[in-house]
Amino acid sequence: MNIGNYVKVKSIEEAYNLLQEDKDNLIVGGGAWLKQTNKNVKTMIDLERCNLNQITENKDTLVIGSMTTLRDLECNKSLKEIDGGILVKAISGIMGVSIRNIATIGGSIVGRYSFSDILTPLLVMDCTLEFFKDGSMTIQEFLSTKKLNDILLNITIKKSNNKGYFYAMKKTSLDFAVINVAITKGKTISIAVGARPSVAALQTEAMDYINNEQVNTEAIDKTASMISSQTKFGSNAKASEEYRRSITNTYIKRGLKEVTS
Amino acid sequence: MRVILDINNQIFNVDVSPNEYLLDTLRNNHFKSVKKGCDSSSCGVCTVLVDNKPIASCTYLTAKAEGHKITTVEGIISEAEKLGKHMGDEGADQCGYCNPSLALTVYALKLENPEANTQQIREYLVGNLCRCTGYQSQHTAIRDYLGDKK
Ligand SMILES: Cc1cc2nc3c(=O)[nH]c(=O)nc-3n(C[C@H](O)[C@H](O)[C@H](O)COP(=O)(O)OP(=O)(O)OC[C@H]3O[C@@H](n4cnc5c(N)ncnc54)[C@H](O)[C@@H]3O)c2cc1C
Repeated sequence: MNIGNYVKVKSIEEAYNLLQEDKDNLIVGGGAWLKQTNKNVKTMIDLERCNLNQITENKDTLVIGSMTTLRDLECNKSLKEIDGGILVKAISGIMGVSIRNIATIGGSIVGRYSFSDILTPLLVMDCTLEFFKDGSMTIQEFLSTKKLNDILLNITIKKSNNKGYFYAMKKTSLDFAVINVAITKGKTISIAVGARPSVAALQTEAMDYINNEQVNTEAIDKTASMISSQTKFGSNAKASEEYRRSITNTYIKRGLKEVTS
Repeated sequence: MRVILDINNQIFNVDVSPNEYLLDTLRNNHFKSVKKGCDSSSCGVCTVLVDNKPIASCTYLTAKAEGHKITTVEGIISEAEKLGKHMGDEGADQCGYCNPSLALTVYALKLENPEANTQQIREYLVGNLCRCTGYQSQHTAIRDYLGDKK
């Protein structure tokens, strides 16, 4: 990666104006993933001084600034209680502490990484993103929009005691997931599958099915087979499409059994 | 660009490129205890502390480090020596290339969670690879170091 100029801006307004000035200007979160790229950045815009690295606890929500590091999230006691702690579980499996102290939640969302272990649980949690100009949207809405030239300010996660399941199948602890699965069960069941190897997606058809059925072994098996047969999977150096289909089926069943038991 | 860095409580005024990483800045300024390993965020051998937290310096832009407190192993010599003694007792090191980063990470763990159990030690050190000794004897040495009340 090449960087022409580096600015620690003092306000979001200043960051936004700089971002609009040139298509080669870029926001940096922790910069951990940007390091792996060969981008040519004219001006790197660092939000460190914009007070976006706080986690604010309200009665019903946690409001997480986009510059909060993955490690700070992982150590947050309240987040461990939400939806069975699936976001904390997902984060703590990513690389080592010395990378999680750099990488931010904002970069992890805006990057829309196909290998992401973070988007998968966020999709099944009750959470909202707030952008500086584009306002509020759900993760699902964000993932279905084109690239925004905007700044993610914070992520609001609703506190809930829903049951939750997260599993990332990795060959070694420092590797990317071959597949990951997140499930929550409150009034209804939500299911997301990621690293297929394309970006995480909610399994809406299977969710419609199971949420209108009496949950028993037969319904669980049918949900798992709907997801493994109908979802788009692919092959890459980590695993074949066929292997991904097969293990997704297993982990969906395990997850559904766990959250409905 | 010029940046002012606080390294081991000493102020350095250095000229760096905006795309320079802290690893290179530290080595260019004679902190050779900071090792270059994979240079791709994976091995942990370049770990230093930024505000007492372990950071992979190969992945952390020097420009980001301004305004923060950087610690290399030279800044925690007496703690590194204590850990080194336990490592020696356990035969837990060989080539020594990963020792400075290990000492810094273990010291950060001590600050964060002095009562860490074996599982927590393992989880904290997952990003610090050692390619000669193996981890069992290291973990024993670290447990003994954390148990030291001196
Ligand atoms: C070696 C390595 C291995 C990894 N393995 C995994 C893994 O197994 N699973 C996993 O889920 N993740 C993994 N990650 C990714 C990591 O978890 C982060 O998601 C990633 O580093 C992005 O976070 P960042 O803060 O570094 O973002 P950056 O690299 O700084 O930025 C990423 C993108 O987001 C944009 N951006 C950042 N912040 C904002 C903002 N506030 N508003 C608008 N745009 C913004 C940037 O412009 C850039 O396009 C890995 C990363 C590395 C370096």
